[in-house]
Amino acid sequence: MNDIKHVSSTPHIRDGITTKRIMLFVIIALLPAAAFGIWNFGYRAVLLIAVCVLTCVAAEFLYETGLKKEITIGDLSAVVTGLLLAMNLPVTLPLWMAVLGSLFAIIIAKMLFGGIGQNFMNPALAGRCFLMICFAAQMTNFVYDGVSTATPLMQIRQGNTVSLTDMIIGRIPGTIGETSAIAIVIGAVFLIITGVIDLRIPGTYLISFLLFMILFAGHGLDPEYLIAELCGGGLLLGAFFMATDYATSPITGSGKYIYGLCLGILTGLFRVFSSSAEGVSFAIIICNLLVPLIELITMPKCFGKGGE
Amino acid sequence: MNKNLKPFINGLITENPTFVLMLGMCPTLAVTTSAVNGLGMGLTTTVVLVMSNIFISLLRKLIPDSVRIPAFIVIIASFVTIVEMLLQAYIPALYAALGIYIPLIVVNCIILGRAEAFASKNPILPSFFDGLGMGLGFTIALTLIGTVRELLGSGMIFGLRVLPSAYQPLTIFILAPGAFFVLAMFVAILNRLRMKQGKPLGKGGNTDALCAGCTNTACRECTKQLNAEKEAE
Repeated sequence: MNDIKHVSSTPHIRDGITTKRIMLFVIIALLPAAAFGIWNFGYRAVLLIAVCVLTCVAAEFLYETGLKKEITIGDLSAVVTGLLLAMNLPVTLPLWMAVLGSLFAIIIAKMLFGGIGQNFMNPALAGRCFLMICFAAQMTNFVYDGVSTATPLMQIRQGNTVSLTDMIIGRIPGTIGETSAIAIVIGAVFLIITGVIDLRIPGTYLISFLLFMILFAGHGLDPEYLIAELCGGGLLLGAFFMATDYATSPITGSGKYIYGLCLGILTGLFRVFSSSAEGVSFAIIICNLLVPLIELITMPKCFGKGGE
Repeated sequence: MNKNLKPFINGLITENPTFVLMLGMCPTLAVTTSAVNGLGMGLTTTVVLVMSNIFISLLRKLIPDSVRIPAFIVIIASFVTIVEMLLQAYIPALYAALGIYIPLIVVNCIILGRAEAFASKNPILPSFFDGLGMGLGFTIALTLIGTVRELLGSGMIFGLRVLPSAYQPLTIFILAPGAFFVLAMFVAILNRLRMKQGKPLGKGGNTDALCAGCTNTACRECTKQLNAEKEAE
């Protein structure tokens, strides 16, 4: 008798897809950007990535052991969080700060709210924003080739010109994983082909961001400026890898477009009108908070209830 | 237990306005950036609470039921104004630090809540002790939150450096998010302790105050509701 209750409603799709497999695909997709970051910034990037990943996995394991919950580190989501967090840190960041950011990401932003799938905010970005607020100086200390330099976004803001080829290849200062547009796009294409993400969120995000910049940035249709803004900072990394996080993005189709639109407008707003040259991470976590509202207004009506 | 001591202990611990009743969240979150601010805010509120409880209790038979809330507000606002002027005259530093939150004591729901739930129904002496207990409970809670936030956010307690200067302050703790983190941690720890004491749901209820949907095992209204839900299952 009991088995009868386990029959779910149609459609009965059979697929080998699991959380672990999705997370594995995300890790594979992040590898080009990570590898480029290591080549670009040297061995310390390896150290920082290792510290973040290990802390995240250890924090999840210890939290679940301590509270006698099911151990979920096998689904690799903690590895993804650690890797993404490391991609968002400058290579010069002291290791203990990276540990602190990882602990915040896993314990406060993820586990306290119920673990994977329950977190209301992208854990890696929560960790990054926590560090950004606590240690603003260290988080914006970008050293390239041994010299402390401004990121291309900052350079453009100050009216200097930047080399677009360098920006597309990634030979520029920045956080570990955000510099190379090519490496990120390779990873993103892999995710799109394997069906892990679709283009609705990142596509709307990038297009609405570009429209905002054309309208309000004061450079009009200057292609050099637009390409530099598109490739600079964490925009591509954020759009393809963090805005598309399943737990913190809308589940409804039209909701995804609204979400992308909000992201684009907020990112543009922060980049053009705020005191900082970058605003991707804050834009994404603010939109994470809007997701329940977006889902509320875009929830499809039940069949037969359309007239109401 | 002594009938005067009971409301005192009640306000201090079992029905702590901040950690159990979750009242007065605005000053709790906004002014606790340092231990001194928390203490100052707590004591200021205590003075207003004690005085307004005494006077509302005195006048409880004169105030018509239909206009009791405006009457309470007038009494509370008078004492807040007096306290505000006294602070401005004698402790200008604290006055400057607390700023707009001193006049806002008028709308602090702990004070109106105690007036409505206790002082307007009880004689003067118990009302005095209720005000004192609630006020000190609020003060302790605010000081605790302020201490933790100041310690983590600037490495100091009451303005004295306790952590070595090599300590990198976690600035987020003296900003708004830190207030939520610290408050949540305290409430979680206290709830955990109460669960360990193993208070059964039916017997924990000791609140006569208004239930603001607190879903707390200490509140009689919520206990009733929880028990009803249990039976329904």
